[in-house]
Amino acid sequence: MTDTIRFILNGKLCEISGLPPTMTLLQYLRGPAGLCGTKEGCAEGDCGACTVMVARLEKDGSAPYRSINACIALLPSLDGRQIVTVEHLRNVAAGALHPVQQAMVECHASQCGFCTPGFVMALTNELNNNPQADDTAIHDAISGNLCRCTGYRPILEAARRAKDMPRVDIPADAAALASIARTKMFSYEMPAGKFFAPVTPDELADVLAQYPDAYMLSGGTDVGLWVTKFHMDLPVIVYTGNIAALRGVTDVDGNLEIGAAATYSEAFAALAKRGAGMEDLLRRIGSLHIRNAGTVGGNIANGSPIGDGPPPLIALQAEIILRSQKGTRSLALEKYFIAYKKQDRQPGEFIEKIIVPKRAENTLFATYKVSKRFDQDISAVCAGFALDMDGGVIRAARLCYGGMAATPKRAAAAEAALVGKPWTREALADAAAAMDKDFTPLSDMRASAAYRQSVAKNLLKRFFIETTMPEVKTGVYRHAG
Amino acid sequence: MQGKPVNNRAAGQSKTHDSAALHVSGEAVYTDDIAAPAGCLHAYMLQSPHAHAKIISIDTSACHIAGVHAVMTARDVPGVNDVAPVFAGDPVFAENEVLYAGQSVLAVAAESMDIARRAAHLAKVEYQVLPAILDVHESLRQQKFVGETYVMKTGDSAAALGAVPHRLSGALDIGGQDHFYLEGQIALATPHENGEMHCWSSTQHPSEVQHLIAKVLAIPDHAVTVEVRRMGGGFGGKESQASLIACVAALLARRTGRAVKLRLDRDDDMVMTGKRHGFHVKYDVGFDAQGRIQAMDMVQLADCGMSPDLSNAIADRAMFHADNCYFLPHATVTSYRCFTHKVSNTAFRGFGGPQGMLAIEYVIDDIARHLNLPAEAVRRVNFYDRQGACKDRAVTHYGMDVEDCVIADIFDKLEASADYRARLGQIDAFNAENPVLKRGIAMTPVKFGISFTLTMLNQAGALVHVYKDGSVQLNHGGTEMGQGLHTKVCQIVADVFGLPLERVRITATNTSKVPNTSATAASSGTDLNGKAAEAAAHTIRGRLSEFAAQQAGTCAPQDVVFDVGVVTAGSKAWPFKELVNLAYMNRISLSATGFYKTPKIFWDRAAAKGRPFFYFAYGAAVSEVIVDTLSGEYKILRTDILHDVGRSINPAIDRGQIEGGFVQGAGWLTSEELWWDAKGVLKTHAPSTYKIPTARDMPDDFRVALYDGENPEDTVYKSKAVGEPPLMLGISVFLALRDAVARAGVSMPKLSAPATPEAVLRALEDKGGVF
Repeated sequence: MTDTIRFILNGKLCEISGLPPTMTLLQYLRGPAGLCGTKEGCAEGDCGACTVMVARLEKDGSAPYRSINACIALLPSLDGRQIVTVEHLRNVAAGALHPVQQAMVECHASQCGFCTPGFVMALTNELNNNPQADDTAIHDAISGNLCRCTGYRPILEAARRAKDMPRVDIPADAAALASIARTKMFSYEMPAGKFFAPVTPDELADVLAQYPDAYMLSGGTDVGLWVTKFHMDLPVIVYTGNIAALRGVTDVDGNLEIGAAATYSEAFAALAKRGAGMEDLLRRIGSLHIRNAGTVGGNIANGSPIGDGPPPLIALQAEIILRSQKGTRSLALEKYFIAYKKQDRQPGEFIEKIIVPKRAENTLFATYKVSKRFDQDISAVCAGFALDMDGGVIRAARLCYGGMAATPKRAAAAEAALVGKPWTREALADAAAAMDKDFTPLSDMRASAAYRQSVAKNLLKRFFIETTMPEVKTGVYRHAG
Repeated sequence: MQGKPVNNRAAGQSKTHDSAALHVSGEAVYTDDIAAPAGCLHAYMLQSPHAHAKIISIDTSACHIAGVHAVMTARDVPGVNDVAPVFAGDPVFAENEVLYAGQSVLAVAAESMDIARRAAHLAKVEYQVLPAILDVHESLRQQKFVGETYVMKTGDSAAALGAVPHRLSGALDIGGQDHFYLEGQIALATPHENGEMHCWSSTQHPSEVQHLIAKVLAIPDHAVTVEVRRMGGGFGGKESQASLIACVAALLARRTGRAVKLRLDRDDDMVMTGKRHGFHVKYDVGFDAQGRIQAMDMVQLADCGMSPDLSNAIADRAMFHADNCYFLPHATVTSYRCFTHKVSNTAFRGFGGPQGMLAIEYVIDDIARHLNLPAEAVRRVNFYDRQGACKDRAVTHYGMDVEDCVIADIFDKLEASADYRARLGQIDAFNAENPVLKRGIAMTPVKFGISFTLTMLNQAGALVHVYKDGSVQLNHGGTEMGQGLHTKVCQIVADVFGLPLERVRITATNTSKVPNTSATAASSGTDLNGKAAEAAAHTIRGRLSEFAAQQAGTCAPQDVVFDVGVVTAGSKAWPFKELVNLAYMNRISLSATGFYKTPKIFWDRAAAKGRPFFYFAYGAAVSEVIVDTLSGEYKILRTDILHDVGRSINPAIDRGQIEGGFVQGAGWLTSEELWWDAKGVLKTHAPSTYKIPTARDMPDDFRVALYDGENPEDTVYKSKAVGEPPLMLGISVFLALRDAVARAGVSMPKLSAPATPEAVLRALEDKGGVF
């Protein structure tokens, strides 16, 4: 017995059946829905030409819009959502252009026009939620949108101008969303494949027990590419995004508990407070559209050696709770990563939450990311550093890196070189020298092995400077102005 | 920004792009948005996995799964299996040998793209892998070239280099660049009656696509119509590269009798289609104590890839710009067009000019560092100069007199408006206080030659209709890829008739309306098509003037005035549409073609001398950067640009070209890195791995102004071409990064392009680290 996919598209309820579960929202919009304003520029969530606004009903009855990449969002994952595409803006603006559109025209912010609907939607979403968005918020809003023609100046100007124009709100319809909300698991079973969206952890455990080989889908910012880029067949997909109990971000006695299906955007504020550099790092994880979809748990669960979540979380001694029909177990996050593409997760198990413990006051911490580009780039090297200090002496060191090995990995030899010593230039030099024993990184399109090795050491040096010589400026992005 | 609106004229005003409202509303129709005819099939091309291999056999029997309508290989091409623009060498489907990883081997048409892709991958292709040439040094060693080695020479550089007070030699690696137009390559071909073929193609060169479809189908050109309303970006990447896609769609359409759409997804697009040429440049330069160049030998190795494509013209342009703004009394510029087993490199905004210009700017930078002189001072003493004591310091190494040089004035004005000198002191102060972060700055000029260097291409046609209601429909041979060409040409035509801009509509570029066009390329779109459209409009206006003068009785045709939608002849006046209607009733033709060819230009290829360019466009930029000496990461703090567009037809559009060109040029030289693995497979084939600038990469403080001047040559509205020249303003960012590395203590930094954070850190490590 299969359900139909139900969502509200540009104000109208759509009920969909018969389409493969791996069809993307973009394919649906440009195909069956006949809405060609949303464009495909990359089909991997990296260019933003497909940006749309999506609202979901939250527990408190609100339904905030978020911008996402339609090109990697699988259609059944939109069940229960409200979607707005560029075509709808004229409807809400009574046939006229929406202020963002009008400002874009006035500021000459389109040239070839192909990226333009994506920018329009990204900025409309931002100003709809945040009418007084400052420049940082505007930059974040379009961090996942590429334009090859304009050089961006007129787009930024248009965003600023639109703020001063009469507002045209795009309200979400909470009542309509409530009417299509599910109280139990959504099942979409087609000849091409099955898609299950449980609403409780128990349902999730049950469906995974039934289909232990199912592919788990959260934000789809990785799995979406398995479909669009690797053309994989995913016969059974289990989607975690509708499980409210897995989406919480809560402080429990100073320990931060992040539900595995909480998006980076939802966890942003809480995580940003956990230490120096966290906010900078989070801002550089994907783009805003990616952070609106991608989850903290997914960034761990997929086992990528270049995910930016694990290095700082390991340095912060995070643990994860794994759950299955059989019960739960807790695991230090670093133990989860066994080898390349091999993690300590049994069939039927899922990550329920990530717990970031309260940080001791005498722990020095920082996290850094180095990549070719600030926004929306995968790290050449990512680092999370923590030193537990005891009377000027390093009692414990956790130097965790991404991009240096087949998994997120701690620099054990470098850590050993630090423990028991005061945090001095000499200790730094010893640790840097020892690091050659820790890593033999790869050369690839993101960076050479030599660069990775140099940067890994230099980031430790930066940590030393920042923790011992606060007067020295570091980091071009912080001191650009 | 200086706009110069004259009365009610459209030209000179910052009119919005003619499709702006359609762009922002998602209503602008791109090729993939065109409602496909019933039964339309989708095509997919299978690529070679090897950089170089012999094809032993191709077995497509397994491809015929449900939903597949046709499978085609080289042997199924009814006409000539080649889509090369000039010199042969770009097969539609590889026949006996594959020459790059990504080369098209066969194509499938099926009821969905997914079926076509699956089916294509069921083909059994047996290869014998052969050794591949993957860099220019190896091609030079094996003497494998795609064109003849070419030399431009003035004076006797070998002798002069032996007698100079100072001499330096060095080399520079310059990476290529992917166009990354947001809309990938696409075509929709529909077979029509009587063997005719219609094709919507996202192309900068509809006439060439038309001709090549005819050639592969073995039918005459008159049976093929190619149309393009707009592209989602081109940048040169759809000049010759669109042909393969359109021809495969047409071949499959002919074979199946159905419409066929072929759209490359981003990865296939980046793997299969050509890019900006990577270069390796070697130089040997002699100069005096002021840094004035006395002699230079420059050798340019262009990585052309596996076929000639447009590489010879591109390599020529790199040679033409080996001087940039500088007089070279004795120079020998030698160009090797190197064959490699990589995708055939192609046109990209600047067309070789950027590589030539970057090389000479690097040389100047070297000279300044060697002599410990300010780089801007060394630039100034080398500028072309007709006013100075030696008039002969105004002739290029290819014998063209630089008559219109305004770079010294631009440099002076920019230096003042950018507060350049004061900022040098601020940078020193910042760097003295900061051990980790270092700032650098550079001011660089641009002189870019305008015209196709193949003289024949400098022609254009247009077709103008005036309808009985007084509205005007306009067509010309140029294509719209976002650059605002259509808007500018509409402005020009509106002014001829004295009409508001809304009365003039431009329609899709169509080979059945204007034939035998040149590509919209070489920045020449407005210069050529604007003049042609103006001529067509003037023909009609001439007829109307004569008619109006007759009606008035007392007025000479040349005294008839067209303004604000009213035509006035002596004491009589008509609203434009009334006069048009009257003219129609009196059987006056209201349709005309126009034609234009660029005057003055010629090129003697054997002598390597001539006047290849009608004029030069100039500009200059100052960029300041900050570099993290621990990671090599950087940020552009401020860029000031003063650029010469002559008398601007549309200041907003021109500014857009300048800003966009600068950012694209800066991207080329910073974060945009093409990376092949050891087997010659491109690994940077999507935005996840190939990083063009985002909004946060543009300068924090970005100031752009148009230089106040007009083109001394007789161009449309006295304007200058603007498409390509600003790209090279991005060189200021590259040299500012080099300056920052130098200011961190590396005296003659070796910085290769692109200056990724890795490349910057490598340059810094020549000193053994900073902090």
